[in-house]
Amino acid sequence: MTASRRRAVRGALALAVLLAAGAALVAWLNVRDEEPLAGDAAAFVATPQQVARGAYLAIAGNCAACHTDRGGAPLAGGKGIATPFGTVYASNLTPDARTGIGAWSTAQFWRALHNGRSADGRLLYPAFPYPNFTEITRADSDALFAWLRTQVPVTQPNRPHALRFPYDQQAALAVWRALFFAPGVYTPEAGRSAQWNRGAYLVRGLGHCAACHSPRNAFGATRQSLELSGGLIPLQHWYAPALAASAEAGVADWSSADVAALLKTGWTPRGATLGPMAEVVFRSTAHLDDADIAAMADYLRSLPQAPPRAAHAGDLDPAARAHGAALYRQHCAACHGADGEGGRGAGGIVYVPLAGNRKVQLESPANLIHIVVDGGYPPTTAGDPRPYGMPPFGPSLKDEEIAVLASYVRNAWGNAAPAVGALDVLEAR
Amino acid sequence: MTAIVTFLARSRRLLRRGASVAAALALSSAQAGPAIPDTLAQRLLPCGACHGSEGRATPQGFFPRVAGKPAGYLYNQLDNFRSGRRAYPTMTYFVEQMSDDYLHEIADWFAAQEAPPTPARAPGAPPDELALGQALVRRGDAGRGIPACASCHGDALGGVLPAIPGLLGLPRGYLVEQLGAWRTGQRKALAPDCMARVATALVPADITAVATWLAAQPSSAGPAPATALALARPLPLACGSVPP
Repeated sequence: MTASRRRAVRGALALAVLLAAGAALVAWLNVRDEEPLAGDAAAFVATPQQVARGAYLAIAGNCAACHTDRGGAPLAGGKGIATPFGTVYASNLTPDARTGIGAWSTAQFWRALHNGRSADGRLLYPAFPYPNFTEITRADSDALFAWLRTQVPVTQPNRPHALRFPYDQQAALAVWRALFFAPGVYTPEAGRSAQWNRGAYLVRGLGHCAACHSPRNAFGATRQSLELSGGLIPLQHWYAPALAASAEAGVADWSSADVAALLKTGWTPRGATLGPMAEVVFRSTAHLDDADIAAMADYLRSLPQAPPRAAHAGDLDPAARAHGAALYRQHCAACHGADGEGGRGAGGIVYVPLAGNRKVQLESPANLIHIVVDGGYPPTTAGDPRPYGMPPFGPSLKDEEIAVLASYVRNAWGNAAPAVGALDVLEAR
Repeated sequence: MTAIVTFLARSRRLLRRGASVAAALALSSAQAGPAIPDTLAQRLLPCGACHGSEGRATPQGFFPRVAGKPAGYLYNQLDNFRSGRRAYPTMTYFVEQMSDDYLHEIADWFAAQEAPPTPARAPGAPPDELALGQALVRRGDAGRGIPACASCHGDALGGVLPAIPGLLGLPRGYLVEQLGAWRTGQRKALAPDCMARVATALVPADITAVATWLAAQPSSAGPAPATALALARPLPLACGSVPP
């Protein structure tokens, strides 16, 4: 064997060892914190308290939002979740033995929530928000399982995901998990009240607020360091504003009562929920008990707030400003007021003020454009059973008109935000 | 010196007065704003963007009038959009976070609005197409298992309370699209879905003929729904949307 061949063989061996070590590391990172599976489904006997608790937790986690398809059987799955990597289809959570989770054990259910691994050992896609659900306690996981087992079993095979290569590969998912996922139950923070810790547990775990309100990197992972600092919801043209920034949706300077009102009723004079957040209120937070809502408010109000960004006003020439003002007078002023001061009903504000409105002045104009183009209603809730709504202007106004109107609203009455272009509107249509 | 002191004192007074005026203005602008009526009409303004003021859209556009249609029918449609039996993204988006109670209120309100009268319109279609349309609407085609439209939608085609809609005063394009959507399963109603059975028995030429004839009919007094008594029972087909 020549010296050069020896070197080549040695190099190849070293590379193979390195690859094997890398694979072993990825494999180990994927099973860390996993407990041995024990017990079978039949052995699990739920208490009535567990079932009742699980029903409530399923609302707090909003399981049905993804696992119940529009018009489909409750929790039987089939709903497609569009991601930049393809569509992930939610699975059947009913206790059907063959197509649902009827043959699962509590340990397997816990492993899915806590470790992101299915009963058959497959790694789960993080469209199922186990990076958040991993913070749920074992007791709550068992209660959820207990409740799910009382639901009507539906025979409906899971629809295979429609993901592009290489995202459809378990190996790629294993690498993703090694890089971006670490299991771990929420540990109460010492020095904080029980209420604060309860709120943190709900917001970070079951509530999976970070799934929308945190930015995602190029691999679709939410960034821990930027938790709750705002994120564009993939493919929906809605921006989930930062909960950790007073210029966006931070509530550090709100009263607990105002935060609770927003989560319970979907509406406060300081802002209405529309789009994806309206759904969260309608299906989930409106039904949580007052103590949990107060706990979430407590935690959210304590989040460190990013300093407000320097206001940079949109560059509006006088003609565009005049055009925007004319469109505003014609289409918006009757409800939102000539000076963006909001509309008043008998009991107070019923159309939100636009002057000083944070949503209007977000860096990303996505939500404002969405609301002008498509309109919408806040959710009906016990606290706001007959909401007022916003008409869609998409059918009647051209892209250029919506752009100039939005730019005007973003830069009138003391508001200051970058101007909106017709292309931004076209993109949102 | 005295002059300067007096001037300063006066300026301070003026400034103070100015500040209090500004504060009062700010307060009044925070208090003002248009007075919004606490009515359903106000709450349902967004619907008018497509369905016309008070839901009285004319057949000139694509969107159907909703004014004066039976409340049961309107509620069923709102629920159909919410539940995925009908697919129109704007409608789904508007109703998906609404309670049954609110949808009933909305349906009742539009049902109570007067349907706009519609003049006869030049059909712009050959006579044999119109004849086919009229025949299917009035008599159906028993040989092909097609009941007459009038047998359920009323002799005046103004609908029948509580849940069968009128067929007049609607845009031709809308009618074609609805029958087509039923035929392809894009639009569904509560099972048993009688209209799906009717639409699958129709061929495309039947659909255009029926829609063309219907859209050309006048309804000068406004096609008010008839009462359920006007309906011969049993219906030619079982309909999940119509209470027995």
